[in-house]
Amino acid sequence: MADAYDLIVLGSGPGGYVAAIRASQLGLKTAIVERESLGGICLNWGCIPTKALLRSAEVLHNMKHADAYGLSASEPKADLAKVVARSRGVAKQLNQGVTGLMKKNKIAVHMGVGEITAPGKMKVTGADGKAAELSARHIIVATGARARELPFAKADGERVWTYRHAMTPKEMPTELLVIGSGAIGIEFASFYNDLGAKVTVVEMLDRIVPVEDSEISAQLAKSLTKQGMTLLTGAGVESLSSDGKGVAAKIKTADGKVAEQRFSHCIVAVGIVPNTENIGLEKLGIKTTKGHIDTDAMCRTNVAGISAIGDVTAPPWLAHKASHEGIIAVEAIAQALGNKDVHPHAMDVRNIPGCTYCHPQVASVGLTEAKAKEAGHEVKVGKFPFIGNGKAIALGEVEGFIKTVFDAKTGELLGAHMIGAEVTELIQGYTVGKQAELVETDFINTVYPHPTLSEMMHESVLAAYGRVLHI
Amino acid sequence: MPLELKMPALSPTMEEGTLAKWLVKEGDSVSSGDILAEIETDKATMEFEAVDEGTIAKILVPEGSDGVKVGTPIAVLAGEGEDASAVPAAAPAAAPAKEEAKAPEPAPPAKGGGETPAAPAAPAAPAPKADTGDRIKASPLARRLAEAQGIDLSSLTGSGPGGRIVRADLGDKAGGAAKPAAAATSAPTAAPAPAAAPVQPFETDIPHEAVKLSNMRKTIARRLTESKQQIPHIYLTVDVRLDALLKLRGELNAGLASRGVKLSVNDMLIKALALSLIEVPECNVSFAGDTLIKYSRADISVAVSIPGGLITPIIAGADSKAISAISKEMGDLAGRAKEGKLQPHEYQGGTASLSNMGMFGIKQFEAVINPPQAMIMAIGAGEKRPYVIDDSLQIASIMSATGSFDHRAIDGADGARLMKAFKELCESPLGLVA
Repeated sequence: MADAYDLIVLGSGPGGYVAAIRASQLGLKTAIVERESLGGICLNWGCIPTKALLRSAEVLHNMKHADAYGLSASEPKADLAKVVARSRGVAKQLNQGVTGLMKKNKIAVHMGVGEITAPGKMKVTGADGKAAELSARHIIVATGARARELPFAKADGERVWTYRHAMTPKEMPTELLVIGSGAIGIEFASFYNDLGAKVTVVEMLDRIVPVEDSEISAQLAKSLTKQGMTLLTGAGVESLSSDGKGVAAKIKTADGKVAEQRFSHCIVAVGIVPNTENIGLEKLGIKTTKGHIDTDAMCRTNVAGISAIGDVTAPPWLAHKASHEGIIAVEAIAQALGNKDVHPHAMDVRNIPGCTYCHPQVASVGLTEAKAKEAGHEVKVGKFPFIGNGKAIALGEVEGFIKTVFDAKTGELLGAHMIGAEVTELIQGYTVGKQAELVETDFINTVYPHPTLSEMMHESVLAAYGRVLHI
Repeated sequence: MPLELKMPALSPTMEEGTLAKWLVKEGDSVSSGDILAEIETDKATMEFEAVDEGTIAKILVPEGSDGVKVGTPIAVLAGEGEDASAVPAAAPAAAPAKEEAKAPEPAPPAKGGGETPAAPAAPAAPAPKADTGDRIKASPLARRLAEAQGIDLSSLTGSGPGGRIVRADLGDKAGGAAKPAAAATSAPTAAPAPAAAPVQPFETDIPHEAVKLSNMRKTIARRLTESKQQIPHIYLTVDVRLDALLKLRGELNAGLASRGVKLSVNDMLIKALALSLIEVPECNVSFAGDTLIKYSRADISVAVSIPGGLITPIIAGADSKAISAISKEMGDLAGRAKEGKLQPHEYQGGTASLSNMGMFGIKQFEAVINPPQAMIMAIGAGEKRPYVIDDSLQIASIMSATGSFDHRAIDGADGARLMKAFKELCESPLGLVA
């Protein structure tokens, strides 16, 4: 007799495990299926362990600049093995945390590879090759995504790495090539640069972090270049070969010239591909776009009883988007099963913030100035620099600025774009404002604590309306 | 102390009106209950009665002024013994109405905020509507957009937390991009105060006459647009054999002639619809965002064509009224509707509507739902048609009736049950008089 559930979640990343917890809260009998580690990429191989690595880099950076704070630190050095061990320890701690959460919420954990054999039916094959049949009234696909590989640059984990290899290096790269300047590429570039590697970033588009506002890209390029990084934009890697000693890359630069350069290592960070294979999607006729599963506002696929969330669906591919979709999907399912007390609410992608944890940090929500204009908005733009903020000066972090874009007619905050110390912690203020549909008056009338970096958020809005105080 | 008489809110949705006619002049003494003026709202012309007694010291808004906002002082009443000339110089009497509309100054601008070069159109706080009492829950952005587009927030249902009205409820396009006013918010939704710039000059070389929209026309335009844009309509049609109903009507009218009552087919259909709604209560509902309102009485709004538009007076509790009572009430309501004299409670509300175009020879049509109602019955002409009766082709009086249902609130099967009940009541009409 197959185990029967109300809901099976396939994949236990930040989308899947949050969905399972919410389902349990709503009284659904829930199972979660995971082929590797509870917590998925985010927690084991992504967001969290990279933040641990970047924290080590930041501490090192501060030690190297101890003098500026009136302190002395003798020859600070990074011990790569210990830095990585700390990062793995953090991931392990959180992995155990998720295990505890599953237990606390009475969620059945099935370790193994899941395949949907029919709507409501799933076969789970364990590591020992034994298969179990599960059944459920609803299934949520939360299988996530993996790094996209370049056809000519297969990651071997020796000299050519994906994010996953880059997180657990056996040796310290001396000259590092990073292909791709999205969040993942730039974060590793920043980490290894801080640790002392000579880093070159190749970006196909005309600026780094191309999804961000162009002023952010420009400021980040300036900061990273100052830190010694080489940034090649409008450039492409034509071919890559590796041997035991390193890699040789033919790089075509913006001026059209192709030259071969040698590096000790290469990180390929050119996007992701969804994990949609061998889970039964084709047989069920589940619709996809460019490989990613199509869903409606309540995360339902075109096949009844099957929902999908997170990286396996449409962008943005961010952990917090996946978690939020997990909540929406489960609440919609609970409602379909007769729960009248839940009110699932569709997410607005314009209100999903994005963060990049390089040094300096980048954070944003909503439309860039260019996109806002493209969409037909008449805009009011405000900008305030870190150098005008008392707390930033006291911290010794005077690089960066906060930019806000308002609709001139309605006062809607269309977008906010930040670069500088701790901005990833600040963006949430604007995100709440956007979700609550606040207008400029609300931001202006809010009291911001002194002395904090958040005062710049106030000043930026004031600047948009010609009322900036401290510049 | 002399009293300012203000533009009254004569209906819950009224925001402004036309001061059609003054029935008093300066110096007249008035007592409570006297009719002071006629005020035209978006729906009808109504009388403005005096509440206090005194002398009309000054008329501030001349007759014929339109777009007078609710709450605007329109006249000054001096009490007994008061010096009418001691009236605070509210405004020069000759000031045009538009200027007057601005008279009640909005909340003072926030301290220090006065100089904001931004958003000149946006006062610090949206002017609260007079007399509505309830605070409307809406996000700041929704308030701004509603104001800019001339949308009455109280007419919307909020989908946000706790029923809060959010941008999406305004039917705003995904990007919310500000389009040129005409494209995004064409006449039906907009049509704000006439003081505002003309909506968009309409240019044509064809000889024409431009007629300014009446308040009623603006309301019809706005509500019908809202209905068709927001309500997923589903249409269900039945053919109804009328012979028995016509026969019964003849008999009833013969019996009622001495009482001066003459029932129309429409009177009987009102009763039939009301009874059907009670029999299939799933269709006697209103869709209200996160709740469904289920009515236990059938109040039928009957579409009445009047000069310059249309109005829907209501037969309240039609399910429990005799057809003769419905007939009498309908005659009275329709008569007063044509004179523009209906009171708001006589045309606002209703649980479902009936629209009959049979007298124009229309065979069959689909009507637009009148929100917040969830159904409307469209009646075509009763006519002799070939009809299969007992497996042979015969001639019968047949009428096509089409129900439009709000599919958010009413399932197709329930709509079909209502149509079946309606058809059966019409074809076996003794149920109407039982």
